[in-house]
Amino acid sequence: MSESLTALYVFVLACFIGYYVVWGVTPSLHTPLVALTNAISGIVLVGALLVTGLDEAGWLASGMGFLAVLLASINVFGGFLVTHRMLSMFKKKK
Amino acid sequence: MELSMNQQGAAYLVSAVLFIFALKGLTHPATARRGNLFGMLGMAIALAATLLGTQVQDYLLIIIAGTIGAVIGIVVALRIQMTQMPQLVAALHSFVGMAAVLVAIGTFINRAQAGTLDALLMGELSAGVVIGAITFTGSVIAFAKLQGIMSGAPIKFGGQHLLNAAIAAVTVLLAVEFALTGDVWALVLMTLLAFALGGTLIIPIGGADMPVIISMLNSYSGWAAAATGFTLHNDLLIIVGALVGFSGAILSYIMCRAMNRSIINVVFGGFGTDSSGGDSAGAVAAEKGVKSASVEDAVYWMEDAGKVIIVPGYGMAVAQAQHALKEMMELLEARDVEVKFAIHPVAGRMPGHMNVLLAEADIPYDHVLEMDEINPEFNGADVALVVGANDVVNPAAKEDTSSPIYGMPILEAGRANQVYFLKRSMRPGYSGVDNLLFYQDNTSLIFGDAKDTIEGIVAALKGGGH
Repeated sequence: MSESLTALYVFVLACFIGYYVVWGVTPSLHTPLVALTNAISGIVLVGALLVTGLDEAGWLASGMGFLAVLLASINVFGGFLVTHRMLSMFKKKK
Repeated sequence: MELSMNQQGAAYLVSAVLFIFALKGLTHPATARRGNLFGMLGMAIALAATLLGTQVQDYLLIIIAGTIGAVIGIVVALRIQMTQMPQLVAALHSFVGMAAVLVAIGTFINRAQAGTLDALLMGELSAGVVIGAITFTGSVIAFAKLQGIMSGAPIKFGGQHLLNAAIAAVTVLLAVEFALTGDVWALVLMTLLAFALGGTLIIPIGGADMPVIISMLNSYSGWAAAATGFTLHNDLLIIVGALVGFSGAILSYIMCRAMNRSIINVVFGGFGTDSSGGDSAGAVAAEKGVKSASVEDAVYWMEDAGKVIIVPGYGMAVAQAQHALKEMMELLEARDVEVKFAIHPVAGRMPGHMNVLLAEADIPYDHVLEMDEINPEFNGADVALVVGANDVVNPAAKEDTSSPIYGMPILEAGRANQVYFLKRSMRPGYSGVDNLLFYQDNTSLIFGDAKDTIEGIVAALKGGGH
């Protein structure tokens, strides 16, 4: 089995996990869900690190990687923090 | 320390599992914060494993860019107001989209230099570029509409759908050309067209359909991450991308179902207006045969009520009335009035928008109920107070088969003994449909800014005491 086909297996199975997990999310937390998925889609930062960190990367690729690392970091840090802020506000009656 | 490929892969697996637990945590408000912590831990492990792997050797640029990004992200996250969440989310989606484009093109350059390009890789890379670019401009337009930089009204012109279809077709052809030949100009042109397509796809969609748009762009940002994963042969990106992609897709579906519209209808519909005309509220109201009431009338009915149900909508967010509502709730509860909040799934500008604003005002989440839970309760309620909502309580959705909103599930506010609408003017909701509830015998309208009106009620409740 080729590497790309394995990747396709992983993708399809992950779609099923996403489907079942997300249906369980309570509607009152839909905004935090969007913020959290936003933070974790900052995982493209991994890709950005791989492009930027390559020793042989030329200036153009490095520049693009630099910008990608910057943008994705905003997502990761901003996304998790704002989700945390929101979730801290959801309280039961004291 | 340097991690082998297998050690790195194992760390990625742990990280993927943590992300699944993160989403799972959002099943209930009590476990949600722990979920978010799982997400942070998953991200930390993934980043550490990447940095310690063999592929990353040059750290200087990463440290500089990462620090700048982290500082911006932290400052924005701490300062943003809850009413601005839809804009923030739109902005963050655009960053994921742009990062995906940059990573794909950067990978192309690196691989071209190393001479390790092949057709499959270039095909995968094209997917990353196209989805990322559409996500980017789409989110920028959504941001501009939400921030008020652009009018929220749909922008429509003849042949619009044909133009979109044409751009999409040419983009796909260029992607094929690029995959087969590696022609750089095909890549550049394809990228530019995909950026254009993101804009032309979103401009015909009206401001009030934002909950669907935000969910859709959320989904796109996930697919963009997944496509990047295919390009880099990185299973973690594929898994996370699929999770996020599906999450956004499900939210889009839930939002569409709550409006009884298909996703196709929303995307191509250009439904609704954002007109600001139609004022001189009192006169129009009298002419149309609706009753207007004063703050005192509402207080009179509410202060001795058994149960009051509040229906918040986008107008509450605009007027920032949530804190005043909390004060009103406490004063009523002190008089043994049961107070509940009824939330329609598409109230506001993003999924769950109202819940966050009410939580911000310290209103306990067990007072805030979803449509299916609260609807049976309107029958026994003395007062329904509609704060800046409109279409979501319009009985036309149930009774008038010719209405554009016919079939949309609604909050049954009209079943309460007394219905008070807090409205700025007589203009209809985003659907442009007249609200039948206005003309019901038990309905009165209180004109004015929602926050001022609620503060008036609060003052009367404090001063009053009949």
